Amino acid sequence: MSAVPSSTDPAAAVAARAGAGLSPSRWQRLTWNRNWLGFWFMVPAAAFLLLFLAYPLGLGVWLSFTETRIGRAGVFVGLENYVWLADDPVFWLSVFNTLLYTTVASVFKFAIGLYLALLLNRHLPFKAMIRAVVLIPFIVPTVLSAIAFWWIYDPQFSIVSWSLRELGLLETNIDFLGDPWNARWSVIFANIWRGVPFVAITLLAGLQTVSPSLYEAATIDGASRWQMFRFVTYPLLTPIIAVVMTFSVLFTFTDFQLIWVLTRGGPVNATHLMATLSYQRAILGGYLGEGSAIATAMIPFLLAAILISWFGLQRRKWQQGEAND
Amino acid sequence: MASLEIRDIRKTFGSTEVLHGVSVPIADGEFVVLVGPSGCGKSTLLRMIAGLEGITSGEIRIGDQIVNNVHPKERDVAMVFQNYALYPHMTVAANMGFSLRLKKTPPPLVTERVRKAAEILGLVPYLDRYPRQLSGGQRQRVAMGRAIVRDPQVFLFDEPLSNLDAKLRVAMRIEIKELHQRLKTTTVYVTHDQIEAMTMADKIVVMHDGVVEQMGAPLELYDRPENTFVAGFIGSPAMNFFEGTLKANGGCGVQTTGGARLPLADAPAASNGRPVLYGIRPEHIELADDGLQAEVVVVEPTGSETQVVARADGREFIAVFRERHAFSPGARIRLRPRRDLAHLFDRTTGKRL
Repeated sequence: MSAVPSSTDPAAAVAARAGAGLSPSRWQRLTWNRNWLGFWFMVPAAAFLLLFLAYPLGLGVWLSFTETRIGRAGVFVGLENYVWLADDPVFWLSVFNTLLYTTVASVFKFAIGLYLALLLNRHLPFKAMIRAVVLIPFIVPTVLSAIAFWWIYDPQFSIVSWSLRELGLLETNIDFLGDPWNARWSVIFANIWRGVPFVAITLLAGLQTVSPSLYEAATIDGASRWQMFRFVTYPLLTPIIAVVMTFSVLFTFTDFQLIWVLTRGGPVNATHLMATLSYQRAILGGYLGEGSAIATAMIPFLLAAILISWFGLQRRKWQQGEAND
Repeated sequence: MASLEIRDIRKTFGSTEVLHGVSVPIADGEFVVLVGPSGCGKSTLLRMIAGLEGITSGEIRIGDQIVNNVHPKERDVAMVFQNYALYPHMTVAANMGFSLRLKKTPPPLVTERVRKAAEILGLVPYLDRYPRQLSGGQRQRVAMGRAIVRDPQVFLFDEPLSNLDAKLRVAMRIEIKELHQRLKTTTVYVTHDQIEAMTMADKIVVMHDGVVEQMGAPLELYDRPENTFVAGFIGSPAMNFFEGTLKANGGCGVQTTGGARLPLADAPAASNGRPVLYGIRPEHIELADDGLQAEVVVVEPTGSETQVVARADGREFIAVFRERHAFSPGARIRLRPRRDLAHLFDRTTGKRL
């Protein structure tokens, strides 16, 4: 061994330079300093996010201020696309559809999911199997379940119509996807079916963190089953409900696959969501600028949903422990 | 307040019977401690009194009412849980007033009763805090406050002090006892700690493997344990046992299997040669020139007393002295059990002779 520290050991190198009265070199600082090291470890993830999330988002917003078409670079047109959309009844119909779709589906997903979670939290025979069954809609690829619903809603071969006819309850087939309101309720139903497992399983996980002794204490305190749910289970579950429902709302609001397979936004735009309309205008119609404007218009809604749940979570002082009285 | 009568209670989980016919009469205002090792069924019995656990057979009476099929909330009992079971999302005041609010008590009255209980327990400054913001001892007090506010017929405590550190445990022990002296509510208290049992109880019920081994006043159990289990369980350090046979002639005593002779005040009649267990508490062994030749193994000074682990007669046993002795390990000393305080048990049945 020579007296000169080997250059492969940065710590020793820095120490050696410091011992010799020299400050560490720039390169050594960058590879050895804790803060810089943290930065280097973060770089790959940050690069990934910037490239695949921030850049497309920024590009989308930029495109919405241009009149770009597919195959032709656009010029900056300011708010023209938005002004145009403000006068477009189809756009406003899609906003209405999206809000209806999101609200109704989320409310039902929450109610059914919570009910299932409470049910699965009890001692049932074949509990493990039932839990697995509940997860099925979630693990089937959306496109496949959408195709299954497409058959269920088929004007000629629908199993629902067939069953009701066989039972003598109905004379003619139900026009599930041909009538505007039927189509809306049909896609909402399919979305609920697909979304319930996520809510149910997550809330079930939340329920299982509630200590059983709290229920015993409540029993002795004289709480009925409903009061136990109202005053113990529900408040303890609210943080998880907030997170689950935020995700659920975001996923529902931006839904695309289900609609596209079932109706493509029809009949007469009755089931067009903002996401499907944006796709239709931008990719199929070629008006990238206008499509981007529709997509960008979703951002305020999504931000509002996130903010509501953020402030909902913020208020719960009891979770945060000491030093905030 | 009310008396409590537990009569021939049995409990089975599946095919396993965990309580084999337990009967305990509890007078109005009495402080009863159920004590025993883990798995003896004491907590199960307490939960049956509370109504959290079904009764397989037998009868539990609170006052004049048989409560076997009465819902917990109708039993008018309050329970303090081992982990306190405080509602984390409610403030101290809300936790304490919860049962009253469920009963639709007018809010001003709830506030007043919560405040009164908080005063008794010194919780007034903490009424607006959440359980997370409290120390272990404060949480323990809130759990007690929740019970006091209801002014129930019976208090049930399920190992309430086992999550506290040693010092706090002693302080809370005293507080609970004071509270009972003040409120005089019938109390059933479960613990595995015999010191808690001895210091707090009016009556101790020693349980083991689902049966009551003995019940009685603390000192009664200490002075006259009915069997080797109670003898070994009550008292700390535990009683020393020597196997031997009874010798009634020539100054009665016990001839141990190791050959030593241990003194007895008197022997049961016509029992010469009977195989017995000779029990002597560590604090009832004294230094004496005519005592048993013993070798010091370990000396543990606690300040107030000196515990000595000694070897004699081929086995180790413990002696406790009030005086300070500077024995060194390996030293030879002579120890003599106090003949008037020795206990004698049948070697096969373990029963007191």
